[in-house]
Amino acid sequence: MAQPSAEQSGSHEAAHAPHGHDSGHGAVPFLAHHFDTPKHQFESGKLGIWLFLVTEVLFFGGLFCAYAIYRSLHPEIFVYAHYYLDTFWGAVNTGVLILSSLTAAWAVRNAQLGEQKKLVFNLVATMVLACCFLGVKYIEYSHKFHDNVLPGRHFNPTHEVWELESFKKAHGDLTAGTHAGSAPHAAEAVAQPQPGAVAAPGTEAKRPPPGAPAKPRNLSVFFSIYFFMTGLHGIHVVAGIITFGWLLRRALRGEFGPQHFGAVDYAALYWHLVDLIWIYLFPLLYLIH
Amino acid sequence: MTQHQHTNGNAHAPESGEGHADAHHDEIAHVTPVRLLLVVWGALMVLTIITVGVTSVDFGSRINLIIAMLIATVKAGLVVTYFMHLRWDRPFHTLVFLGSLLFVSLFISLTLLDKSEYERDIERMYLEKAQ
Repeated sequence: MAQPSAEQSGSHEAAHAPHGHDSGHGAVPFLAHHFDTPKHQFESGKLGIWLFLVTEVLFFGGLFCAYAIYRSLHPEIFVYAHYYLDTFWGAVNTGVLILSSLTAAWAVRNAQLGEQKKLVFNLVATMVLACCFLGVKYIEYSHKFHDNVLPGRHFNPTHEVWELESFKKAHGDLTAGTHAGSAPHAAEAVAQPQPGAVAAPGTEAKRPPPGAPAKPRNLSVFFSIYFFMTGLHGIHVVAGIITFGWLLRRALRGEFGPQHFGAVDYAALYWHLVDLIWIYLFPLLYLIH
Repeated sequence: MTQHQHTNGNAHAPESGEGHADAHHDEIAHVTPVRLLLVVWGALMVLTIITVGVTSVDFGSRINLIIAMLIATVKAGLVVTYFMHLRWDRPFHTLVFLGSLLFVSLFISLTLLDKSEYERDIERMYLEKAQ
């Protein structure tokens, strides 16, 4: 009888002695009750965030799968449609995002070393760069909305592909021989007097200049994929900004230090994954040859 | 770099007191040197410029796609290895991450096997529509 009771009290003591009674480990206020050491806590969170990143990869995997299937079935759609995207802005955004990854990685280092001011600076820089990314996306999206370059049945572009700057850059101005683009309009008016065709503001009726590529069927599929992939990525950028705002608040309170930087590290890992996805999206959407 | 040494001194200062000689084992996680961060960033920028530049060179659409994907994968590798510090992390995290890539590639490749299955029906539908 004596032995089990001794054991009981022993384990009871072991469970409580190092932890104290309230929030946990007296000397280390940030250490949660159920972790032995800060390292233990950090490692557990790290595994958690990696598992989350795995679900994110699988999440985006569905859209990459859709992309792979449509591109392999109808490469002509992708070649034709990519002229509607501006490589310049895509490249700028790639640079912005890579730079923000640098500041995020730097912020982790600052937190690890307890460099308070630099940590705040790098967190702010990451947020500002993320906002720049969204700003560029806004420019791109609003341009597309304006020109009716929209997904699915809303796709009804104002400009034909040979009227786009990016197309002219690659293949020359096909309308240069005629009266600078006004000729197709005139021809259209003569060729199609039906009121039905006029009512639709669609440009399908515009006569392609000689040498223009044939317009593939279901061109809008590309823009469905484009808007879903960049849109989902954009939502992740917004989530990243919110997360870094939360980190900034905590950093300003001086919560992070050499023993306690897990949250900064985890958020940075998430941010790098968002960067990683863009690293693939950029060539897949903007750099189609 | 002096800055590097200085910051290292800071990093190994935790209250334990003992084990200064072997400070690396006291760290909760590896601290990436500033210089390495900047080098990785520079490499990523250079690769971005290369991938944009190479698009204007015609190797055939297939080769161009393969080149673009290879460059993207090298960039992704740099980000994962250094920015996400998998290099100094537990190997298990690398395994977990590679596992996700394995399943995504299984997902995509198995679906691609089936991609042409409905193409005939779709073509027939469009033919009927056209008539």
